[in-house]
Amino acid sequence: MKPLLKNADKNLLYPLLALSAILLFNLFFTDGFFSIQIKNGHLFGSLIDILNRGAPVMLITIGMTLVYATGGVDLSVGAIMAISGALSAQLIRPDYIKGIIEYGNTTSLFIVLSIPLLISIILGLWNGFLVAFIGVQPIIATLILMTAGRGIAQLITHGLIIVFEHESFQFIGSGFLFGIPFPIILVILLTFITWLLTRKTSIGLFIEAIGANPLASHYMGIKVKMMKTLTYGFSGFCAGLAGIIVCSDIQAADANNAGLFLELDAIASVIIGGTINGGRFSLAGSIIGALIIQALSTTIITRGIPPQVVLVFKAFIIIIVALIQSEKLRAQLKDLLKRGRK
Amino acid sequence: MAKTLIWSYIDASNDWHTNCNVKIIILLKELELKRSLKVLTVMLMMIMCIPGLFANGQKEDDGKIVVGFSQIGAESAWRVANTESIQSEAAKRSNIVLKFSDAQQKQENQIKAIRTFIAQGVDVIAFSPVVETGFEAVLKEAKEAGIPVILTDRAVDVADDSLWVTFMGSDFVEEGRKAARWLIEKGLTDVNIVELQGTVGSAPAIDRKTGFEEVIKSQPGMKIIKTQSGDFTRSGGKEVMEAFLKAEGDNINVLFAHNDDMAIGAIQAIEEYGLIPGKDIIIVSIDAVRGAFEAMVAGKLNVTVECSPLLGPQLFDAAEALMRGEKIPKRIVTKEDVFPMEVAAKVIDSRAY
Repeated sequence: MKPLLKNADKNLLYPLLALSAILLFNLFFTDGFFSIQIKNGHLFGSLIDILNRGAPVMLITIGMTLVYATGGVDLSVGAIMAISGALSAQLIRPDYIKGIIEYGNTTSLFIVLSIPLLISIILGLWNGFLVAFIGVQPIIATLILMTAGRGIAQLITHGLIIVFEHESFQFIGSGFLFGIPFPIILVILLTFITWLLTRKTSIGLFIEAIGANPLASHYMGIKVKMMKTLTYGFSGFCAGLAGIIVCSDIQAADANNAGLFLELDAIASVIIGGTINGGRFSLAGSIIGALIIQALSTTIITRGIPPQVVLVFKAFIIIIVALIQSEKLRAQLKDLLKRGRK
Repeated sequence: MAKTLIWSYIDASNDWHTNCNVKIIILLKELELKRSLKVLTVMLMMIMCIPGLFANGQKEDDGKIVVGFSQIGAESAWRVANTESIQSEAAKRSNIVLKFSDAQQKQENQIKAIRTFIAQGVDVIAFSPVVETGFEAVLKEAKEAGIPVILTDRAVDVADDSLWVTFMGSDFVEEGRKAARWLIEKGLTDVNIVELQGTVGSAPAIDRKTGFEEVIKSQPGMKIIKTQSGDFTRSGGKEVMEAFLKAEGDNINVLFAHNDDMAIGAIQAIEEYGLIPGKDIIIVSIDAVRGAFEAMVAGKLNVTVECSPLLGPQLFDAAEALMRGEKIPKRIVTKEDVFPMEVAAKVIDSRAY
């Protein structure tokens, strides 16, 4: 985490405070929330759950951060997740949609992974092409795939929930490496690689420059259109990977529900994390944002808050987190306090 | 959320304008914007034309019964079997024209679809309501247009029940009761139960819970210690069950899931926790889809209460009867069974879904 924090501004403090507040609440009021045991040779506990269940959101948040920093937004990530999951399941069990229920030969892991990821990247690049080269507004451009994508996923699965068994593929979503759930390891790896690419090369600076002023960046010699397209492609890749994790975890491709509304969680995470729409971005902030949202969900389920009020409760907390983040509000509060004293 | 996004977008673009001083550049940018808007309009128009192309192909309702059906979505294997039954039955009957619309689990889509059916002047409207409430206005419009409405598999909560002609489908309350009765028959009367509810506010979730609670009320030893919504999905069932296990662990004796998909997700969570589903935790679920039978054959699920999705034949029988001017009963209940683990292997091959 240390190198991640170095580049981030002090805005990271507030998301961290919010996350700690949620965790502290659990420390005092939820028994055993912090206990991490080793069970069947792997780590086990609510905290691990937060990381593990939050993995898909964290992955798409990484891609979303970069897109958001270029001044765009990617609404299609949830749909891309559904498509990549549907493709994996379809590749593993191609006969299922024809009504053949017996399990056939297992498809090689390489194919099951590479094709969905490749398609996800292509879909992301398509978004980028619309935004950068055609000049469509990012919300609209990605909205097209958000709506159409889920339909495409359902076409792939023929509206069925494709269930499958594939040992090595299942490892990705529910396996353990060194006792740690594999999705967590994937998140750490991808975060590290993205950090290396954006902070140890000039790519990160390019992205921020494009976000702050595309024209000036163009005159500086940055290939603005190409860079934008690539960030959308990267976001597509992240979504594809997240889709594979979800699909492999439940051993089924649920085209209708996989990644549903996750794009909103990802955008919320990015904003909570302090990335500016068009400008500075903070990978660490985004990851913390994603963790806040997942910590909230896990707390809600573990504590047994009545399901009817869950969404209101969630909205309430997110509004508070967003508010304490706002510099304007903090300044106004200070102002009020000063006036109060006078 | 969308609003904040739009605002932040506007803010960003304002910044951009103030940043660049050269007017020509602004002009250029605006030109570019206009061009992109043009491209966008053309694209949107093209997209909008696509459904029109399909709709035109279906306009041959001379003497045929046009049935508009608004499905909830494809949220579970059960729903998929339901859709399949309706579509294949419509294809079999030469006098039926089916207009099928998928609401993707959203009420507003469903209301829109029903309005479209009214505007198209279909003969019969049938739909599975996403939630119980809020259909009053659109059902009144249908009644004023003189189009009979058939409710399939889920009921609506409207004060005036002349707004719909018949409600066909399962008795969800009875399904909840059956699940609870099976537990009592097996002598499991001193147990801690966790419950995986369906989508909040949906008829099956409300009714199955009601029926289940009604029966276990007579047994002081049966307690529901945790209940939470898993949204009828596998991933929901798995995530919620994981949290239940963290909170209650070995205290849990029985899992009651409102559908099989959630139960199957929960089975994975139980196995990963290190307990044996079907033994350490008795699992009762509802629907009887194929996946549930596979789980029962593997000994991981104890019992499933049938909730038959094969409503196609019933639906079109009723539509034909209505068109012949016959009176049909207000409530048509589907005949359903309870399948415990022991019989699973015998019946699995005869299951259609």
